[in-house]
Amino acid sequence: MSLTQDDVKRIARLARIETSDAEALATQAQLNSIFGLIATMQAVDTRGIAPMAHAQEVYQRLREDAVTETDRHAAFQAVAPAVENGLYLVPKVIE
Amino acid sequence: MPDASLSALAAQLAAKQVSSRELAQQYLDRIATLNPAINAFITVDAERTLLEAAAADALIAAGNAGPLTGVPIAHKDIFCTDGWLTTCGSKILHNFVAPYDAHVIQCFKAAGMPSLGKTNMDEFAMGSSNETSYFGAVKNPWNPAYVPGGSSGGAAACVAARMAPAATGTDTGGSIRQPAALCGITGLKPTYGLVSRYGMIAFASSLDQAGPMAPSAEDCALLLNVMTGFDPKDSTSLDREKEDYTRDLDKPLTGLRVGLPREFFAEGLNNEVAAAVDAAVEELKKLGATTVEISLANSKLAIPVYYVLAPAEASSNLSRFDGVRYGYRAPEYTDLNDMYSKTRAQGFGAEVKRRILIGAYVLSHGYYDAYYLQAQKIRRLIADDFNEAFKSCDVILGPTAPGTAFKLGEKSDDPVEMYLNDLYTIPANLAGLPGMSLPCGFDAKGLPIGLQLVGNYFSEAKMLNVAHQYQRATDWHSRQPEGLK
Repeated sequence: MSLTQDDVKRIARLARIETSDAEALATQAQLNSIFGLIATMQAVDTRGIAPMAHAQEVYQRLREDAVTETDRHAAFQAVAPAVENGLYLVPKVIE
Repeated sequence: MPDASLSALAAQLAAKQVSSRELAQQYLDRIATLNPAINAFITVDAERTLLEAAAADALIAAGNAGPLTGVPIAHKDIFCTDGWLTTCGSKILHNFVAPYDAHVIQCFKAAGMPSLGKTNMDEFAMGSSNETSYFGAVKNPWNPAYVPGGSSGGAAACVAARMAPAATGTDTGGSIRQPAALCGITGLKPTYGLVSRYGMIAFASSLDQAGPMAPSAEDCALLLNVMTGFDPKDSTSLDREKEDYTRDLDKPLTGLRVGLPREFFAEGLNNEVAAAVDAAVEELKKLGATTVEISLANSKLAIPVYYVLAPAEASSNLSRFDGVRYGYRAPEYTDLNDMYSKTRAQGFGAEVKRRILIGAYVLSHGYYDAYYLQAQKIRRLIADDFNEAFKSCDVILGPTAPGTAFKLGEKSDDPVEMYLNDLYTIPANLAGLPGMSLPCGFDAKGLPIGLQLVGNYFSEAKMLNVAHQYQRATDWHSRQPEGLK
């Protein structure tokens, strides 16, 4: 299989990365050579094998329902590109 | 000073032969002299370092010193460090001053070890040459025309040049071991779950693991004592009893069974690397070890599996960089989506974008089973091979990388060629096993060669024992680049 330029533009849109036609063309060739490498795993018979998502069988721990964090919003918002009245500013999304 | 081991430095501090401030200043001076040519550091802040050193001196004076109090260390710029610029090698975080400490940083602060600065790295730890950093490539101290390896290239280079006595690194597919090999130092990736990932900027969460990088195995054991331990803030942190990783260093190797995977000595391995690794095997035999041939038949699939799983996890992890809460935001945009798309297009480098796109694709509707699920199934086959192998051996030995350092620019235009560097290191990440690299010789060009050990789960003390005994019998790890002494 190989990706078309439209495929590249579609996944770039999904990933929210602006991509020009020229960039999509260059990326297409590189992604196809990477998927050529990835394709070697398709020949392996994995029927009956359980997928392995993690190295250790651990489960989500539960903690006591108690406040453990202090209010540090001023420190956290000090590194934001745009804030006002304790809120993050983004372009208008609702008219 | 540049030759001193961590235990020697700690002894000098304890005996009040040198203060932490004096020691830190000596390393800062060396950084000021050597770093402009090597580019191992993204951030150096002498004032902050000396303040931390003064605090360490106060601990020592009050009799409250731990084993490494006052010994300085450099941290990979992937660890959030309160008040320090933390960039992860990316433009998208070029202005991010972390408002909190990663757990690893907390551990070293609690141990009283001052930070010498933040080391350069491949952008978001994606790379094997340190050439994808927004802050420029790192040069190999053994020959500045060559790469130091990656992604912890700055960490490896600063230790090799003795700009720091030790450094922290992280390893998702070989990012501690491969640069350690290419720069002639020792580096260890612990069993997945031993070191907390809290505050360590995520690349592929099921594979990422932090570890120590230093000249010797003994140094690494001391550092591992500091950085391991349960942390409730990392959901995959393992709640185990604290270990002393130095406890077995001096044990003899009599009866040690060393597994040699035939797949790691097959086609694609450079002859000089093969010869050096063979010589190391002979050395271990002299020390009492026996060898057994093993097979890791599915390890050849590790690269394709990794380049599905790691990008899939990365595409999800890196969705947080959107120009809203921290970091870079594009200067011009029309609406919210346009702001996201332009911010990410301008903020990420080419390799990071490629991996996000691969990840988005393999997780997308219609491709999930063929790629993501198939890769997870083969991941289990790779882990099962190791489980089988450890029935007949105590430690697995092979090369760390297929060759020595390559020239800057030599592989940067061909992603697939670059990915093949991690052929021998990725399997341990997929299985979650501990692995380490230690120096075992030099090629004809004078570039270091790395030997890899992979141990069973939680067998770090055993691997460190093997490495330490080898380093007592050889001096590869104490060699330093000519001209930088």
